[in-house]
Amino acid sequence: MSTYSVSDTTAAAPRAAVTLADLSGSYGVGLAASLVWLAFGLSCLYWPDVGDWSRTGSLGIGAIVIAAFILFGTFSADYLGGAGQALRKRAPWLVAFGAFVTLWEVATAKFAWLPLPFFPPPQSILEVYTDDLPKLLDSVFASIKLQLGGYIIGATIGFITGVSIGWSQKIGYWVHPVLRFIGPLPATAWLPIAFFTFPSSWSASTFLIALATGFPVTVLTWSGVASVSSAYYDVARTLGAKPSFLVLKVAIPAALPHVFVGLFMGLGSSFAVLVVAEMIGVKAGLGWYLQWAQGWAAYANMYAALIVMSLLCSGAITLLFRTRDRLLVWQKGVVKW
Amino acid sequence: MVVQSAAEAITYPAVGAELDIEGVSHAFDIDGAVLPVLDNVNLAIAPGEFVALLGPSGCGKSTLLRLVAGLEKPRIGSLREDEARISGPHPSRVVVFQDPTLFPWRTVWDNVALGLEAQGILKTQRHRVDDVIELVGLSSFRNAYPHQLSGGMAQRVALARALVNDPKILVLDEPLGKLDSLTRIAMQSELVALWQRKGFTTLLVTHDVEEALVLANRVIVLSDRPARIKADIAVGRPYPRHRGDPHLAGLRKQILGLLGLEATW
Repeated sequence: MSTYSVSDTTAAAPRAAVTLADLSGSYGVGLAASLVWLAFGLSCLYWPDVGDWSRTGSLGIGAIVIAAFILFGTFSADYLGGAGQALRKRAPWLVAFGAFVTLWEVATAKFAWLPLPFFPPPQSILEVYTDDLPKLLDSVFASIKLQLGGYIIGATIGFITGVSIGWSQKIGYWVHPVLRFIGPLPATAWLPIAFFTFPSSWSASTFLIALATGFPVTVLTWSGVASVSSAYYDVARTLGAKPSFLVLKVAIPAALPHVFVGLFMGLGSSFAVLVVAEMIGVKAGLGWYLQWAQGWAAYANMYAALIVMSLLCSGAITLLFRTRDRLLVWQKGVVKW
Repeated sequence: MVVQSAAEAITYPAVGAELDIEGVSHAFDIDGAVLPVLDNVNLAIAPGEFVALLGPSGCGKSTLLRLVAGLEKPRIGSLREDEARISGPHPSRVVVFQDPTLFPWRTVWDNVALGLEAQGILKTQRHRVDDVIELVGLSSFRNAYPHQLSGGMAQRVALARALVNDPKILVLDEPLGKLDSLTRIAMQSELVALWQRKGFTTLLVTHDVEEALVLANRVIVLSDRPARIKADIAVGRPYPRHRGDPHLAGLRKQILGLLGLEATW
């Protein structure tokens, strides 16, 4: 797209006024984004709602405020530094997203083209965030607490097990068959057993999340340690390294790229277990919130919870990748998340 | 066995250790079959001497180096460093391998510091790391990661990583084998300069006859596998040596003959 090249060449020269060429270039997309968001706001305010929603007015005004911000940001991007550049880069997405919510608004709240209770309009989701916030926040914290506890336990045990079987053949002899037998079983298959053998549903879920995390972390740590080139050990040994040095300073750092793949896979499968466990046994968390909302046919609450859940999962993966990028700066060409 | 007497008496600095290889034979088990690699190798190396091992590809040169480094134990015979039997790896005998095998997750400085860190003396000896990085001329790359280095630079780091331990015996397993020819010539001179300055005993495996003649006091020619010592040739020329030296050219012809390549002369 020529958008970027135009902004690159013009940004260098000091500008006195916005030219016509700019309007079709970098400013054009920002302007379009602003207009789309203005349209969204006006569509909220202009047509009457087909249902009874209390936040239509606030949503419309909010959208217009966003449109004003985009407009301001677009024309002062050169003076806003990183934020200005970020806005310019995301302007096409702002157009697309603004168009999507406008269409959504019109198709649900205004003309009911989509069947209503199942497709709630944006303002009803906003209503959930404003009116049901305490409950939603409680659920978010409950989910984070459960997920974090189980994930940390599973990742730690998986890492230690993986290093042990990668390093010691004796340990591998005993652990490997157990791993092969239990590992591939989906952790959710343990649900019924876990919920009546563990003292509380919370400890049962922690166990299941730890199990779902532990298996991929174990296998990938193990393969990472096992695939370390023997030349590294030779070098370290001739330089006077003891076995503990070989494990801690050679095997583990060399295996870390594999370990992070395992941590990533474990995170994915533990999310699935978390939600299922919360839907079935635990009386808190976003999974439970979803289940509860379904029981009351509160579809807006379900969408609201789904959006939060998606942000949390994506945030967790971002955090993991950031950590990896910091620890593995020595690697070439790591994937950007 | 062909033994030539040295043309002139050479004295060596006393830092290096004496290395004695006595009646060493070694073999590998491969799929149940025994593959003999070394056959009754006897070699005495004086402190501070620079000895090159030459032999056909796959003859067992590198195995001999692994025995000297203590990474493996010989089936028969013994190896001694200053009269003490070699039973395992020790930082007084450091190996530089054909691949630099730098640890990719460590910077140049941390790679060089590896030996001191493994021995638990890094905290008090940090200046030694700085000094040796300076010595190989990589001070401005101390914070670089291995993937940012050229082949010659990486091999220099590997050399620095060995030298920081002040080895008594430096074991070089074709360290210049993968470098381009210009870098190679430059590093040969650097190697001689370092050896003369530090005075360690050097054992170099190479398949490059010219390299052996330019660098070493003595050139040991090995036979096909299982390796036996075919000739022990004293080079006996002062340093710096010149590649065009007719005496070296004569030795080169003789060695190529021993390796069965006289037709290429």
